[in-house]
Amino acid sequence: MIGVRLGMSDLFAARTQMALSLGFHIVFAEIGIAMPVLMVLAEWRWTRTEDAVFLQLAKRWAKGTAILFAVGAVSGTVLSFELGLLWPRFMQLAGPIIGVPFSLEGFAFFTEAIFLGVYLYGWDRISRRAHLAAGVIVAVSGAASAVFVVMVNAWMNTPAGITLSGATISAVDPIAGMFNPSTVQQTLHMLLAAYAATGLAVAGIHAAVLLRKRDSAFHRAAFTIALGVGVPAAILQPVSGDLSARTVAAWQPIKLAALEGQFATERGAPLRIGGWPNVQREKTSFALEIPRGLSLLAFHDPSAEVRGLTAFPRDLWPPIIPVHFGFQIMVGLGTAMALVSACVLFLFVRHRPIVDRAWLLRLLAIVAPFGFIATEAGWTVTEVGRQPWVVQGVIRTADAVTPMPGLVVPMTIFALLYLALSAIVVTLVRSLVRETT
Amino acid sequence: MMPLETFGLPEIIAGIMLLALNAYVLTGGADFGGGVWDLLASGSSRDEQRSLIERSIAPIWEANHVWLIVVVVLLFSAFPPAFGTLGMVLHIPLSLLLVGIVLRGSAFVFRSYGGRAHGRQWGTLFAVTSLITPVILGMIIGAIVSDRVGVASTRVGTSGFVEVFVRPWLSAFTIAVGAFALALFAFLAATYLTLAADTDNLREAFRRRALGAALFVFVLAAVALALSFQAAPRVAHGVAGAWWSLPLHLGTAAAAITAIVALWRRRYRIARVAVAAQVSLVLWGWALAQLPYLVPPTLTLRDAASPRETLTLLLVGLCAGFVILIPSLRYLYHTFARASES
Ligand code: HDD
Ligand code: HEM
Repeated sequence: MIGVRLGMSDLFAARTQMALSLGFHIVFAEIGIAMPVLMVLAEWRWTRTEDAVFLQLAKRWAKGTAILFAVGAVSGTVLSFELGLLWPRFMQLAGPIIGVPFSLEGFAFFTEAIFLGVYLYGWDRISRRAHLAAGVIVAVSGAASAVFVVMVNAWMNTPAGITLSGATISAVDPIAGMFNPSTVQQTLHMLLAAYAATGLAVAGIHAAVLLRKRDSAFHRAAFTIALGVGVPAAILQPVSGDLSARTVAAWQPIKLAALEGQFATERGAPLRIGGWPNVQREKTSFALEIPRGLSLLAFHDPSAEVRGLTAFPRDLWPPIIPVHFGFQIMVGLGTAMALVSACVLFLFVRHRPIVDRAWLLRLLAIVAPFGFIATEAGWTVTEVGRQPWVVQGVIRTADAVTPMPGLVVPMTIFALLYLALSAIVVTLVRSLVRETT
Repeated sequence: MMPLETFGLPEIIAGIMLLALNAYVLTGGADFGGGVWDLLASGSSRDEQRSLIERSIAPIWEANHVWLIVVVVLLFSAFPPAFGTLGMVLHIPLSLLLVGIVLRGSAFVFRSYGGRAHGRQWGTLFAVTSLITPVILGMIIGAIVSDRVGVASTRVGTSGFVEVFVRPWLSAFTIAVGAFALALFAFLAATYLTLAADTDNLREAFRRRALGAALFVFVLAAVALALSFQAAPRVAHGVAGAWWSLPLHLGTAAAAITAIVALWRRRYRIARVAVAAQVSLVLWGWALAQLPYLVPPTLTLRDAASPRETLTLLLVGLCAGFVILIPSLRYLYHTFARASES
């Protein structure tokens, strides 16, 4: 109703601004979750071996992390305000419930920022042990902040702990809200995504250098540690994705139908790979279909009934195309990452050398950006797939948006800001990598 | 004034929120002030001044910044309608504040880590945004106390764009409050820097700057107070009339005078405590003047408060959080007490 009065373009601008901000922040957030683990591992190797290469590596990574973390912190600040700037009505409704995990997240940020400061600037001021411990605290609180914030998002997908009377909430149970039906699956999937994306990206960057300078001790060390984080996560990710998909199937059937391009309700529904969902003709064409695959994956029963989009009124359909393609992209890239990681793991358990295989280094260099692309795609699935709701079944996005007109202006300003920041960060990180080559 | 029997969870949470804001002003505010002195660095020790500022801020600014996030998060958790109202009416200044925060934070790290090639350009951006952001923060506070935000929130959709989304925060009074905030932050920063300085020369430079800033603080406080009689009678009368008003005024004045005398006599530790007390008392005075309102004259603390379940959990979470936070912060500040050792 508010959306209609304002005209769709304000709503669209608000959504775009939110999506841009989150899409920007999530990259730095993932790096902020995983890089401390890499730094700590390098430093730990140093205390174990006394090999100065590991110390050099830890310091180099710390330098990069300082830049990326600061950008993550400021973009995260923007997000906390934006919830009120763009969606004041969502916050009025949801504040009492999502405020609790957000407050806990605030303390996770605090410990993270405090001990990152100690870690980055304390090399000569505190004992080695204390320094390593500071690094561990940063890594743990980074993961904790991801868990708390994704709890919020899980609640938006499968709200729990509220009793509605009309348009207002009459009773809340924030604990139940925090432990809603998607919490475990989503937080697990997000954490693995951060380790897989960052680990393989770092490994890929160093693999590219190793192709030219095969015996640089520095890059070998970096490559090995990064693989140690990225490979296990990338192998586990499809398993965790399957858990997520089954949760979606159980709680958000429309989202499931949209991400699979499933228009008709059928038993023994096929799994579609690729394909073009034709919304007018209510049919997905050109897909590679694996018979009964969807029923099997989503419900672990080859003849389970999958409800299609046509079983629901059209005004509850999310935009089908981005959701379907987002899902295909995530799963495709995730499969590629898992396969390459499986090769690495195979060589590793057979005690075969990894660094000396040019084909594997090349593959890893190609796979480097996949995790981040998969992350963006995955969030598109989650967020766009939930439309028209901000909070599934409780409040619609159009009713949550601010009445402030002219939202295209802030959207444009923030878009330009993110663009400029991305350009600068890329330049800085490239020159950091180049310093060592 | 609020009767004692209505003192409960909402007031406790609001008190903690105010403490967090107080911490932000004393720590993050001083970091902004540091940027001001970076911009105004001059004389033969110009480069040393900038380097001292950078070394003092670098390890702690991100932690200091989290206080602001705590305030925001507490506001939307404990008083969601207030957050909604502020987000709506103050969309423009809050967005500007964010742009300032983003540019300032990134410019600072880019300067520290980006090699020396463009160091000075980043430095300038850092300094300029340090100047603008506190002014906007002050304007936002001025807008809230002047009742205009609350009034505008009832006119969304019925009055024009300027009336609802611009007037409330753009007036002589809000600008005066903004300038006052900037002067306070600069005063804080210069006083802290006298203690961080590692040479007498630098210490003297910041002592002079602190004394100069003190002058601005007084002039701007007088201007803001004079304008408030018309623009924000609630503060003017609240501050001038209530039972706590006299002790508060005396306390603030005593702190201000102590600060200046201590600076004059080079008692820097005393000066630091006194400046911090002065700034905090100004903040508490504002908050007391607003009671029982969060967004005067429409939303009281009570009206805006989240359900009991939420507030209780928040309180538990906050207590647990502070148990971890306080020692961690002490450790941080202790580790970097002297910028010079690195
Ligand atoms: C490295 C990144 C990455 C990779 C390789 C994968 N995912 Fe993913 N996926 C994400 C990163 C991600 C994400 C960005 O982190 C999301 C968005 C919301 C969330 O919790 O995780 C997500 C969401 C998400 C959802 C929607 C959850 C919801 O809406 O509640 C499903 C069904 C899957 N994923 C399934 C998979 C499957 C079957 C994969 C098989 C390979 C897969 N993902 C790989
Ligand atoms: C975990 C924290 C997150 C929260 C609390 C959150 C919250 C929100 C909110 C309130 C909106 C606006 C209302 C709506 O359109 O539903 C939104 C939209 C959106 N978010 Fe998220 N989000 C989160 C994570 C992410 C991430 C990491 C991305 C990354 C890419 C993302 C992508 C989007 C997109 C694309 C939209 C626009 C959807 C549309 O309007 O079609 N979200 N999110």
